[in-house]
Formats: sequence, C-alpha cells, structure tokens
Amino acid sequence: MTGILFLEQSLNGLQFGLMLFLLAAGLTLVFGIMDMINLAHGSLYMIGAYLMASFVQATGSFWLALPLALVATALVGAALEVTLLRKLYERDHLTQVLATFALILITNEVVRLVWGPQSIMLNAPAGLTGPVELPGGMRYASYRLAIIAVGAAVAVLLYFLVTKTRVGMLVRAGASNREMATAMGVNIQRLFTAVFALGAALCALAGAMLGPIFAVQVGMGESILILAFVVIVIGGIGSIRGAFVGALLVGLVDTMGRALLPIAFAKMFSPQVASNLGPALSSILIYVLMAAVLVFRPQGLFPARG
Amino acid sequence: MKKIAVLIALACLFPLAMHAMGQYFYIGFATRVLIYAMAAASLNLVLGYGGMVSFGHAAFFGAGAYIVGILAVEGVSSVWIAWPAAIAVAALAALIIGALSLRTRGVYFIMITLAFAQMMYYVFVSMKAYGGDDGLSLPTRSTPGFGIDLRNDFVWYYLVLALLAAVLYLLHRLLHARFGRVIGAIQENETRATAIGYPVYGYKLLCFVISGAIAGLAGALIANHTGYVSPSLLHWIQSGTLMIMVILGGVGRFWGGPVGAAVLLTLEEVFSGSPLLGDYALHWQLPVGVILLLVVLFAPQGIAGLVKKKSAFA
Amino acid sequence: MLLLKNISKRFGGVVAVDGVDLDVAAGEVHALIGPNGAGKTTLIGQISGSLPTDSGEIRFLGKSIAGLPQHDRVKAGLARSYQITSIFRRFSVLDNVALAVQARSGSSFSFWRPVAKETGLFEEAFSILQEIGLENKKGHISSTLAHGEQRALEVGLALATQPKLLLLDEPTAGMGPEESQRMIALIQRLINRPESRVTVLLVEHDMDAVFRLADRISVMVSGRLIATDFPEKIRMNEEVRKAYLGDEVAA
Repeated sequence: MTGILFLEQSLNGLQFGLMLFLLAAGLTLVFGIMDMINLAHGSLYMIGAYLMASFVQATGSFWLALPLALVATALVGAALEVTLLRKLYERDHLTQVLATFALILITNEVVRLVWGPQSIMLNAPAGLTGPVELPGGMRYASYRLAIIAVGAAVAVLLYFLVTKTRVGMLVRAGASNREMATAMGVNIQRLFTAVFALGAALCALAGAMLGPIFAVQVGMGESILILAFVVIVIGGIGSIRGAFVGALLVGLVDTMGRALLPIAFAKMFSPQVASNLGPALSSILIYVLMAAVLVFRPQGLFPARG
Repeated sequence: MKKIAVLIALACLFPLAMHAMGQYFYIGFATRVLIYAMAAASLNLVLGYGGMVSFGHAAFFGAGAYIVGILAVEGVSSVWIAWPAAIAVAALAALIIGALSLRTRGVYFIMITLAFAQMMYYVFVSMKAYGGDDGLSLPTRSTPGFGIDLRNDFVWYYLVLALLAAVLYLLHRLLHARFGRVIGAIQENETRATAIGYPVYGYKLLCFVISGAIAGLAGALIANHTGYVSPSLLHWIQSGTLMIMVILGGVGRFWGGPVGAAVLLTLEEVFSGSPLLGDYALHWQLPVGVILLLVVLFAPQGIAGLVKKKSAFA
Repeated sequence: MLLLKNISKRFGGVVAVDGVDLDVAAGEVHALIGPNGAGKTTLIGQISGSLPTDSGEIRFLGKSIAGLPQHDRVKAGLARSYQITSIFRRFSVLDNVALAVQARSGSSFSFWRPVAKETGLFEEAFSILQEIGLENKKGHISSTLAHGEQRALEVGLALATQPKLLLLDEPTAGMGPEESQRMIALIQRLINRPESRVTVLLVEHDMDAVFRLADRISVMVSGRLIATDFPEKIRMNEEVRKAYLGDEVAA
C-alpha cells in the first residue's frame, strides 16, 4: 500500500517538477541574461492557461489549441518586452520588482474583465482522461503521464538548444557575461526579445498542461511564481541545468512532503498534533530547503555566473 | 514645524467634520489609513532609509495582528498585554528572519525575505484552531481599562492618531540621532561604512527589528480595527501592497509611508466605489496598477518627491 | 608593526597573491609598487580584512588578526583608503569625516539625541578637514568636489579613524601633476605630525611620490614580492628594473 502511494507521489512530484522547470527555465534566463526580476512571469503562465481554454473552446481540440496558445502567449510576451520591460533592464531591482508587480495587478484585472471572475474549465484531452496501468500493477492517470512525457521532451529540447546550437551558445554567453556578448556583436535587443518570448511560450505550455489539474483562475500565477523563484534560487540564477535540478527537487520535495509527512506524523504523534503540524511543515518544507541551500551554497547549486 | 501643527490640527478636526456631515463611514476609513500609514512608515525605515528591499514585511504586520486575535479569542483582551505581546512577537520574528536574511544580499535577500514571509503565512494557515484559511474573528476590541471604550469610533480614531504621531516622532528622532546617520551611511556606501569601523550587520539587523516591531504594532491595530484577522495579511501580495504605498509616497522620504498609504487607500476607495469593510483581499482595480507603473517608471521619488526637493540626508 | 608571512590568495584558477612575506616597521612609510595586476590591491584587501586570506599569517602590533572582521581591524588601528574613490557621496564633506569620527567615539546605538547637537564630533571632524586642506569645502556635498579634493577626502576618512597604520591605495590615482603634488604634500604633513606619527603602507604608481615619501620600498610582480629594500637600492636592483621600473626611473 505505502509502496504504491510512494510511487504515485513520486510520479506526481516528477510531473509537477517538470512543469515547474518550464516556468523556472524562462525565469532564470531572463534573470541571468537581462538581470531582471520579473514578477509578471506568473501572469504569463496564467494568460497561457486562459488562452488555452479559449482556443480549446474555439477549435474543439486540445492538441490543436496547444500550439495556438503557445504562439499567442509568446506574442504577448514579446509585445510586453518591447513596449515595457525593455525599459527596466537598466533599473535597480526594487524598481523592477515594483513595476512587474504593477503588471501582475494589471494583467489580473484584464483577465478578470475579459474572462470574468470565475475560474474556467479546461479539460484534459479526450483519450487521456482515464488511468493507465503501469508495470507492477499500479494505475496512474494517463494525462499526468502525458505531462511527464511532454515536460521531459521539452527539457531535452531545451538542453540541445542551449548547449548544442549557436543561439544557445549566445544565450549562455549572455547569461555569464552580458558585456562580452554585446562586444562580440550579438544583437542584444533581438536576443532579449527572443529569450523573453521563449520564456513566455514555456509558461504557456506549463499553464496549458497544468490547467486540467489545477484550476484556471485569476491569481494562479502568483502561487506558482514563488515556487519558480525558489527553484531558481536553489538551482542558481542563469543556469538551465540548475533550473532543471532545482525544479525536480522542489517538485518532489513539495509533492511528497505534502502527501507523506502528514501520514508519517500521524504515526508518530497524536492526531491533534499531526493535523496541525503536518500540513504546516509540509508547506514550508521547500522554503526550509531554499534557506538551507542559501546557507551552504549562496550562489545556488549550479551558478551560471563566475 | 508649522506645517506639522496644521496637519495635526486637520487630523484632529477630521472626525468632528465627518460627524457634522453625518458621514461616519469616513471616520473608520481614515482610521484605516492611519494604521496603514504606520505600517508603511515602518517599511520605509527598512527600505527607504536602510536600503533593504524586504519583500516579507507583511509577515510582521500579520503576526502582530494574529497575536492580538489569538489572545482575544483566548480571553486576553487587555491592551496592556495584547499589544506589547504583538510588538514583541513581531520583533522576535524580525530578529530571526533578519539575522538569517541579512547574510545574503541583492536579489537573494529579496527572495529569502519573501520565502520566510510565506513560511509564516503557511504556519498561520495551518492553525486550524485559530481559523486557518478562513481567518479569525475577534470577540471584542482590546480593552485599555480606565473606562475607555475603544468600540467608540471617535475614541478609536484619536487613539490610533496619537499612536501614529508618537511612532512618527520616534522615527524622526531616530533618523536624526547617531543610529539614523549610520543607517544612512550604510545605505550610501556599505563598504566604506565597514572600512571606517562600523559593524554593518548589527546596525542593519537592529533597523530591521525596529521596523518589524512597528509593523507589529500596526498589525495589532488593524486586528482591532476590522475585528478580523486572516492569513492573507501575511501574504506576499500584502507585502507588495505595503511596498506600493512606500514607493507611491516616496522611498526614503520621511512622509513617504503616510502619504503613500493615504493615496493608495483613497485611490482604492475611489476606484472600487464601495465602502471597505475590513476587506483583506483588496480588490485591486486596473487603474491602481497603471498608476503604480507610471509612478515607478517616471517618478521614482514618489509623490513626496514631487513636492519637496531632496536635501542631503544630514 | 605589521607582519605578513606567506600570504596567498587565489580566485578560482588565478593566483593573485603568492606567498608574500612583508613587514612594516612602526613609524615608517613603506611603499608597495609593481605593475598593474601584480596583486597589490588584493594584498591591501587581505590586510584590511575586506578579503579573506587563503593561507598565511597576518600580525598587527604583535597580535594575529587573521579571523578579525574588517570593522574590528579598524578599531584596532588599521585603516585603508581606496584606489577608486569610495566616499559618502550624498553627505557633505564635514559629515563624511564626522561619520568616521563618530564610529570611534562612543556607541552609535543611540536613538534619541540629535547628532547635530554633538559639537565635539564636528569640531574634531573639522580639524581633520584642516589637515587635509578641505576646510573651505566643509558644507559642500562631497559628490560635487573636484577629483583631487575627493581623493583628499578619501584619505581624510581613513585618517579620521585615528589609525596606527594607514593603508593608502594609490592616493594619487587619476590625478594630474599639480594635484599629485598636493597629495604628496598632504601625506608628508600627515607623516610629520608631531603628536601622533602615522605608519603608512603606500601602494603607488607615481614614482615621484614613491621616491619622495618612502623609507622602504617593496616590489610585487605577478603576486610575488620580489624585493624589499631602501629606495636607492631598489632603484639599482637588476631584477626590479627588468620586471618593472625600466624607463620609469627617470631622475
């Protein structure tokens, strides 16, 4: 019984971690290359989910709507970058925090105006609504497996993009030393816009895929944003590899902590204590993890910058 | 000096004017503004004067509120116990969080203060005995004894006003005393401050704790004002709101906190169109976000900065 | 007064300071010269405490200061000035120095009494301004000062801490000939003060300043100390001439 629970939760953690990676990758790139804290990153995630829901409704097909949502969100991201965020690169972090925080407020209201204040439905595609039998006899939601597959595929793609292509090399150069990259003649402005649009598309993918699992509602961006920040702080700012490791770590610790800690506590302490302490401790587990990493490795696990 | 006298006079006359016009709602609204003015002023100390971008300030505000709430529910509603307790707990939280966070700098500092605040948020969410996610209603306002009834809106307003005035006066003295100078020097050039012999970490930590303690007092007041506490008081969105107040009013300007609180809450009142009755999940409207964006981009010294030219700190 | 034994510092793969032995005698002016990138500023950082040292011993006034944080070293009498001007730009000239005086005169954990009332503090600060020649600019915001004046303030800040050993990192950096002469004169006034003779470890590129001020000269090249001797001997040292001085030994 516990073996299956453990396996199920690890798969859930893996799934959540991979989606977190999509968010964290874009966030860490923007932070590492443009040295900009972007609190509105979570808003792109939310916009992606909402656009996905609308496209599904319009086209009737999940898989048709997905690329549309990605492209649309990427365009939104690019537009934001060109008109507004570009002005923030040279400013101090506090200004960036406040400006992008204002952006969160604005996008939340815009979404509320366009789609209404209620959360909206986004369903898993037909064909993936049922469970699948895994080797060993365990049944697991097929949709969640699909998420794992998509997440892993994108991770591999990103890895190739960043390490094996010329564009990726420019991105990595920019992450470790912006001045050098400029001196090398890279069109920094276009690179930045491209990076931002890519980040937005990744957010949209995460939002679209997690939509059927979590609710699609205003404010969904904030809750996952802070997790993404924890991921990149743990992983190291500017590092894709760090974002990957960090995201898996956070995804697994958070998911398994929430599921298993209360059970462990119930076995060890009185039900009174367990019902209060269990959820509290599991919620703060990842923050404890982040604090621990910061104490021993203040630059994160895989710092991109020297 | 004269300006301040005028300001105090206006503040004292305000409830009487409202009473004359029969507009009682605005007395409560003004009290709320005063409380947030205190909270914003406390953030301004650590952010504007200390240069520490703390994104977890709401944790101290909310902790103070919760202490009052929990004590009230447990039957302890004396002002003389509950409020010092709120301040003490908030100060202690600030001591622990500050001691750990101030070992980092830059964006890591921002993130770690944010994370700690979220930790405290979740701690209070998980306290099912005290309402958990739904929050906690206070059975009564704090009782100061001496026959003073704080449920009277007028009395309550004047008490809050007196406390705000006291806090602002203390801050004023602090900023012009040796401690304030050192904090200003540290913000200006931390490396050199160390190089002339100041133990910078200790000063920053103390500044952080003082700021947290004041926020705790403001929290105790808000709990009394609305008669309700909820974990959303500690949420990082609330921290962001306090930051917005400070930036709107003017970071590092003495009146930045109060001005920003007044402006933001008034804007919110105007834009949301409906009377606020202890609504913690502030329903931000689009224009507020836009105004904030414009201020941040084009008037980084905030509103107080537009009014007065910045003079040398000393 | 200051004794360094086998001091090293690496940054990743780069060895910035490599096994340096150095001593500074009480009351002397000891110049530290060498080409750019020789490790001089790194060494100063290690002595002052802003950089941790990887290995080796540092003894100040007979006591090891290895674990001591920078602000405690300042309290012990070891102060530095910076090669790139590092002052409190938005403060006035007088307030800059007053801050340094304040640091060593009583506790600054004081929250009530306005500093403006502490006339003693400002009188002391003013006398330091007179020593560095900035008394006429006491009310000016320091960022408005000319470069040479800012460099003087730079030294003044370190001086205000009443150091026993003053680490001056290229005080004439970025100065034209006239300003340099004034800085040299300033330093000469400092070291010839009757009341309290300040020992100086002077990092410099300006050879004129070095040969006019130094009692002894140490030469650093690529992180290593290659010679320590009296100025005339250094002038004639073959290795030093090869590595560094070359045509710079004009007259």
